[in-house]
Amino acid sequence: MKKNWWKYLIAAVLVLIYLLPVYVVFAMSLKPMTDMSSRLRFPSEIYWGNFEKVFRNSGILRAIGNSLIITAGTVIIVVAVGSLAAYPMARIQNRLSRNIKIFIMGVMMIPGMSMVVGIYSMLVSIHALNTYWGIILVSATFGLPFSIYMYSNFIASVPRSLDEAAQMDGAGVVRTFVEIIVPQLKPVTVSVILLQGVGTWNEYGYSLYVLQRTEMYNVTLTVKQYFGEAVRDLNGAAACAAVAIIPIIVIYLLLQKYFVQGALDSSVKG
Amino acid sequence: MYLFYLPAMLMLLFFVIRPFGETLYISLCKWNGYSSAKKLIGFKNYAALLGDRRFYTAFVNTLIYGFVSTLLQNVIGMGCALLVNSRFKGNGIVRVVVYLPIMISGLIMGYIMYFIFSYDRGVLNDILALFGRAPVDWLADGRTGVCIITLVNSWQYAGNCMVIYLAGLQNIPKVYQEAAAIDGASGWQSFRNITLPLLIPSITTSVIVNLIGGLKLFDPIISLTNGGPNYQTHSLMTYLNSQYFLKEKAGYASAIGIFTFFLIMLVAVAANGYFEKRMVDG
Repeated sequence: MKKNWWKYLIAAVLVLIYLLPVYVVFAMSLKPMTDMSSRLRFPSEIYWGNFEKVFRNSGILRAIGNSLIITAGTVIIVVAVGSLAAYPMARIQNRLSRNIKIFIMGVMMIPGMSMVVGIYSMLVSIHALNTYWGIILVSATFGLPFSIYMYSNFIASVPRSLDEAAQMDGAGVVRTFVEIIVPQLKPVTVSVILLQGVGTWNEYGYSLYVLQRTEMYNVTLTVKQYFGEAVRDLNGAAACAAVAIIPIIVIYLLLQKYFVQGALDSSVKG
Repeated sequence: MYLFYLPAMLMLLFFVIRPFGETLYISLCKWNGYSSAKKLIGFKNYAALLGDRRFYTAFVNTLIYGFVSTLLQNVIGMGCALLVNSRFKGNGIVRVVVYLPIMISGLIMGYIMYFIFSYDRGVLNDILALFGRAPVDWLADGRTGVCIITLVNSWQYAGNCMVIYLAGLQNIPKVYQEAAAIDGASGWQSFRNITLPLLIPSITTSVIVNLIGGLKLFDPIISLTNGGPNYQTHSLMTYLNSQYFLKEKAGYASAIGIFTFFLIMLVAVAANGYFEKRMVDG
């Protein structure tokens, strides 16, 4: 203990710096607008009025519903289409597969917003604005390269002899994939679901363009709108931000082991 | 088995390749983004970029957001990883807490940070007041604004570096450091000559991921400064957004997009090449 005091000191400072902003949001959200005490001070009396107002006026519950639908749709497509494409990439070693892999890695680097003009005018032409499927397809496409990369690294570590045994028994490619490969994919699928889920839940750039009607707003757009309208009522805005981040913080604390594992899987080069 | 590629390739064709081609074409046009009057004007949009001081500012800012954030994130992340990897009670808490902000949307994090950095009743000014200092209007000046956005971004995503380095550190056999200690190497010498070279694969991943993330920074700028004051804190991506969404200059915005696309590709390829060479030599 004595020898390690400096470690505890650094750790304490880190924890303080990393928790301070989150603490400030919650402390502010529990104080009325008229409370002029420092934002650092914990409320002397808990005040729930900001939350009442947020739930009544901001449409945050509808936004959470919208975000759930969009996130679920995106995750399902990314998992299904991604694992499918990863199978030949991991198993066939030829020029085509290699080129597809390079292409996928390239797409992973592209800043989605750089081609927003092209995507937006295409979405207009296929009437995809203000639709769930429009934003889901866009998010899923940009998430796809990452999931293909994760799945193909993982499948490459599944012994080929399993495929060969199944084929010896007369199973076709599709049956081999569904019955032999898919059941092995559970751990990497957890990582893909969590990382893609958080990414889509927090997405803002494309949502701004695709979801223009208030009824279609997701969580980030709703928080932005609330902050825009509540210029003076920052305590109300803090409550709105708190409602938006509580679900994801709870999920993170419950599943943090899997989140860290997912981050590791995605960073280790295959 | 090639059919398995089909759904993914169709999606990428429709939502990446086609829009990319379209953006490329629009960048050669004068267009407001919705009318049918799209006029081909050649490279005039790109020529206009060269004379646009706001574009130049956004370009420099983007390089700061990319490179300075990457440096800070890797230093903080490496420090946290070394701390968490060393044995002491509470290292799990540090890991959980430092990774936490990654869960929160960059946009919402920007708003939260506004509570800290705002002039009127901002937390930072409250803390300064404890030391008897006058309040500072942090976000009213472009230069401090860029610094704060860089700091916020580095702080929020340093956890990613920490996790990457933690994995790298745990792969280094303990015997190496033990042998060095027996030979009388100091902690710093053993870190510099043993740990660091063995971490180069982790450093490569971490640097490239964060460079790309920083160069396309968007969300926290929108919520912290919205590019202001007077266009001084824009990144290329938020400048594109302002030209397209607010000014309806679709052709010009496309040119900014295409420029950023090639900038990021260039940086990523160069960084990859740089580290690959080091790995062979090291």
